[in-house]
Amino acid sequence: MNKLPLIFLGVFLTFASSWVGLVVYPYFALGRMQPLPDEDTGGFFPPSNPGLAVAGQRVYAANGCVYCHSQQVRRAPLSTDIEKGLGPRQTVARDYLRAQPVFLGTMRTGPDLTNIGVRQPDANWHHKHLYEPQTVTDWSVMPSFRYLYRMQEIQGQPSANAVKGLSGPHAPPPGFEVVPTDEANALVAYLLSLKRNYPLPESPEPPVKK
Amino acid sequence: MKPHSLISSFNPANEPDTLASHERAEIDASTRLPVLLFFSSAIFWLLIGSLLGLISAWKMTHPWFLDQMAWLTFGRLRPAHLNAVIYGWASAAGIGVGLWLMARLCRIPLIHSKLLISAAIFWNLGVFVGVLGILAGDSRSIEWLEFPGYATPILFVAYAFIGIWAIIMFRFRKPGHVYVSQWYLFAAFLWFPWLYATANILLIWQPIQGSAQGAVNWWFAHNVLGLWFTPIGLASAYYMIPKVIGRPIHSYYLSILGFWSLALFYSWNGMHHLIGGPFPAWMISASVVASIMMFIPVVTVAINHHMTMRGHFDALKWSPTLRFTVFGAMTYTVVSLQGSSMAIPSLNTLTHFTDYTIGHAHLGLYGFFSMMMFGAMYYIVPRLTGWEWPSATAIRWHFWLVASGIILMVGSLSLGGVLQGLALYDPQVSFRSSLDYATPFRMVRGISGFLLLAGHLVFAGHFAVMLLKIGRRREGPALFAEPSKPEAATV
Repeated sequence: MNKLPLIFLGVFLTFASSWVGLVVYPYFALGRMQPLPDEDTGGFFPPSNPGLAVAGQRVYAANGCVYCHSQQVRRAPLSTDIEKGLGPRQTVARDYLRAQPVFLGTMRTGPDLTNIGVRQPDANWHHKHLYEPQTVTDWSVMPSFRYLYRMQEIQGQPSANAVKGLSGPHAPPPGFEVVPTDEANALVAYLLSLKRNYPLPESPEPPVKK
Repeated sequence: MKPHSLISSFNPANEPDTLASHERAEIDASTRLPVLLFFSSAIFWLLIGSLLGLISAWKMTHPWFLDQMAWLTFGRLRPAHLNAVIYGWASAAGIGVGLWLMARLCRIPLIHSKLLISAAIFWNLGVFVGVLGILAGDSRSIEWLEFPGYATPILFVAYAFIGIWAIIMFRFRKPGHVYVSQWYLFAAFLWFPWLYATANILLIWQPIQGSAQGAVNWWFAHNVLGLWFTPIGLASAYYMIPKVIGRPIHSYYLSILGFWSLALFYSWNGMHHLIGGPFPAWMISASVVASIMMFIPVVTVAINHHMTMRGHFDALKWSPTLRFTVFGAMTYTVVSLQGSSMAIPSLNTLTHFTDYTIGHAHLGLYGFFSMMMFGAMYYIVPRLTGWEWPSATAIRWHFWLVASGIILMVGSLSLGGVLQGLALYDPQVSFRSSLDYATPFRMVRGISGFLLLAGHLVFAGHFAVMLLKIGRRREGPALFAEPSKPEAATV
């Protein structure tokens, strides 16, 4: 192999094959997919997210939630995801149309979050959990995200958005309260928006195992 | 000139180079500044990267550790660790080794070294801005591509200088055969900008929509390992093994087969990170098949290197270069076969989403690639500085600390990962159990991080002492023992 042009051609073509297959093809096939109109309500599946949740994706990215939490439900028998209650059905390409970026994840050090908005619809639960995870789940290895919250002295009436029910070592002393920053509010809005419980024809719900 | 046997005459391209020693010295001298710049910055990032990794590791079992400040949270330290070692250490070390090999194998002194010096400065600036950007909260959380959009163009400019330089070197090389290491370097230098540009455009600058991002992400991330680090590592092995033991590569034809099958199959591997994910089934299947076909290039290279080494394994007793390189080459075989097995869907079910994958990644990037780079540096640096490594003992410590560190790390993560995987799969077992099983193994991994960091400190200290020429000049290379064949003793 002494002819560089030939080596170049081979090196170019072998790599181009995977570029076409794994980049160009999904660019057109998946990248141009559209949400499905919902004839009953005039809305779409997946539904569009409120602006605060869109901002919350950036907080999720900035703090690296994806390194411990996946967002995908795989079908049986490849996995037991559905049996374990991660979601009623397999997630498919259309489910991710609104995500930017797409947090599929490769680790499950913590639970999958595909449907966390269904499992935990309470915003205060999320704030409490982000502020001091171990008081919600004592065996949790999630770090505290206290830096997304502000502790302040109560001026007259307690703030309406103060986090309720804090009890751990970082709970506010009497006369003080913990309020979420804009980032924490956005992050929680995003977590609450994670619901893949709408129907999609390409991913029917499998019958529930007894 | 050595007399040629009949067999070796049929194998025209099996010896790294045939230069007179004064020509070699002239070429080595011409590479001094750029190569040493890349090496010293690489070693700096190796230390930073190890420290970031060590802290991240302990955070996985002790979540309260350093949890007060945003920039020290696990979700920022982990990508900062990964990017510091990928771009700061491994890429820069690989570029340094690549530059030196290019000059040696093109058989001309390095020209336009200013291009490379600028490249080294820009590269480090890019890594610096990128790592700080991640810690400051601008991470994109796209694995292997976390650097914010304002850092990646700096890296790209740096790379462009290197690419232009590589084209010039190939253009002006001395006529004669193109040695196997050069095929790999040529390919790597071409593939990397294509990979990096595609991923940056489609994921950072003009993000494509939906799950296609996942496909591009893993096509990129897996190919950075497969088509950037792997070819540079193999180029180094194909050069160092024959050089140190003083005999040609076993088979030219196996080299060809290994190269082309790697080019074809590795580039298709990426989707095996997303088995069961939201993609057309054929994409996943193609990657599973390609991953299993990796058996061909891996076994081919393993046979070729083993047959070259056969009868010369005693050289591992005295040559630091060879000991690190052969450790890397053997790990390459193990980690690649492990990777193929992990792509089989029934086994992937067990290892996906667990620490097992983390162990595998470290075995590849550290056990294979980084060890290969250490070996090459032990060979190259004395030839650039005109100063031998001061202490064989320091090299021995370096080897045993990092070898035991990586084995302990991969062993613990693999065992813990399998238990974690069993718990995550079994519907009767709670999520909590997957943590309970993994935690003790994560503690052991945390300990292994200390061994690796200690090894790196020894190496970095030794490198600094050598660069500054502290102490008495050493007569002859630093070897672990007396070479069994003195005429072949070239470290």
